[in-house]
Amino acid sequence: MKTCGARPGGPSLDGIDLTKQTVIQGLILRDGIDDSVPNGAAVANGHVRLLDSSGEFTAEVPTNNEGQFRFFAAPGSWTLVVQAPGARAEKKIVASQGKATDLVIHI
Amino acid sequence: MSRETSLVSADWVAENINNPQVVIVEVDEDTTLYAQGHIENAATFNWREDLQHGLRRDVISKEGFEALLSKTGIANDTTVVLYGGNNNWFATYAYWYFKLYGHQDVRLLDGGRKRWELDARPLVTTSPSRTATRYVAKDQDHSLRAFRDEVIAAIGVKNIVDVRSPAEFSGELAAPAHLPQEGGQVKGHVPSAKNIPWSKAANEDGTFKSQDELKDIYTSAGVDLAKDTIAYCRIGERSAFSWFVLHELLEVTNVKNYDGSWTEYGSLVGVPVEIGA
Repeated sequence: MKTCGARPGGPSLDGIDLTKQTVIQGLILRDGIDDSVPNGAAVANGHVRLLDSSGEFTAEVPTNNEGQFRFFAAPGSWTLVVQAPGARAEKKIVASQGKATDLVIHI
Repeated sequence: MSRETSLVSADWVAENINNPQVVIVEVDEDTTLYAQGHIENAATFNWREDLQHGLRRDVISKEGFEALLSKTGIANDTTVVLYGGNNNWFATYAYWYFKLYGHQDVRLLDGGRKRWELDARPLVTTSPSRTATRYVAKDQDHSLRAFRDEVIAAIGVKNIVDVRSPAEFSGELAAPAHLPQEGGQVKGHVPSAKNIPWSKAANEDGTFKSQDELKDIYTSAGVDLAKDTIAYCRIGERSAFSWFVLHELLEVTNVKNYDGSWTEYGSLVGVPVEIGA
């Protein structure tokens, strides 16, 4: 199940110079499992790792209380690996300078 | 040290949470994580406020380290267990500090905060209160710490291991990809350095790889473990992780962490720099 109506996703970009930074960010949401894990719940205990185009680990950040994360990368191909208790997801992306890559990832 | 004496499992930590001889300390890069939840009875060090000199670019002084441990309730004979996020990145930096100032019994929670969270083990928001101690540190052990002139002299002579990401090593990025790409230093690496990213030593869940896998990571990249080794990164924290792997897990002697790292080396006038893979 996917959450409807969600929009991307990551923390506020205020104060970030997107002409100089290549931002990859987003929001991690749970697909609903049962009443204890409602559909679209923000994943506050998640970990997001950034792999380069050869699959090499580049960085890892925990999600914040709102389920958000952010990387400052370089233009090009990257893979995001999202981990949380009982869940793992991968997403390939192409980042560019000038416009943030802003995602909503369901796990 | 050895794997058996420098690592503990999550089960071991769970069994020793209330052991008065054990003090658990969380050290994260993201210093807001502790307040969001931490292992019961764990204290925390803030790497920026507690583990940096403050006035000058340096580690905290012996007196500063003594004051930090004393107020945390750590005695000279305490078993200290460190853990943190991002494969224990900053926890290993704190571990290096404990060894730099001569603490006897310090260990890492294998997998750190991430493995603990992925296992859905409990976290609490209450902070412990411990009676302060009068900790007495030893003088810095410089057999564990390299300075800039030693790095320059080691070019082409000793193992120099650059543990940053390939993009930082080649000069594409100036900092890890989750940090703003700023900094006054030039991009590139120390000539003759081998690029062995710190993270290769960790499994995806944050635990350390096996002894054979760890050894192969370094030897297959051309590191002669019989020679002296200097590890560096950008500010000395990721290289503390690789120092831990080499010196504590693989028990390689003569491994130093160059905590000045690329932030210092890349700002030096007149030193050789290489770019590219």
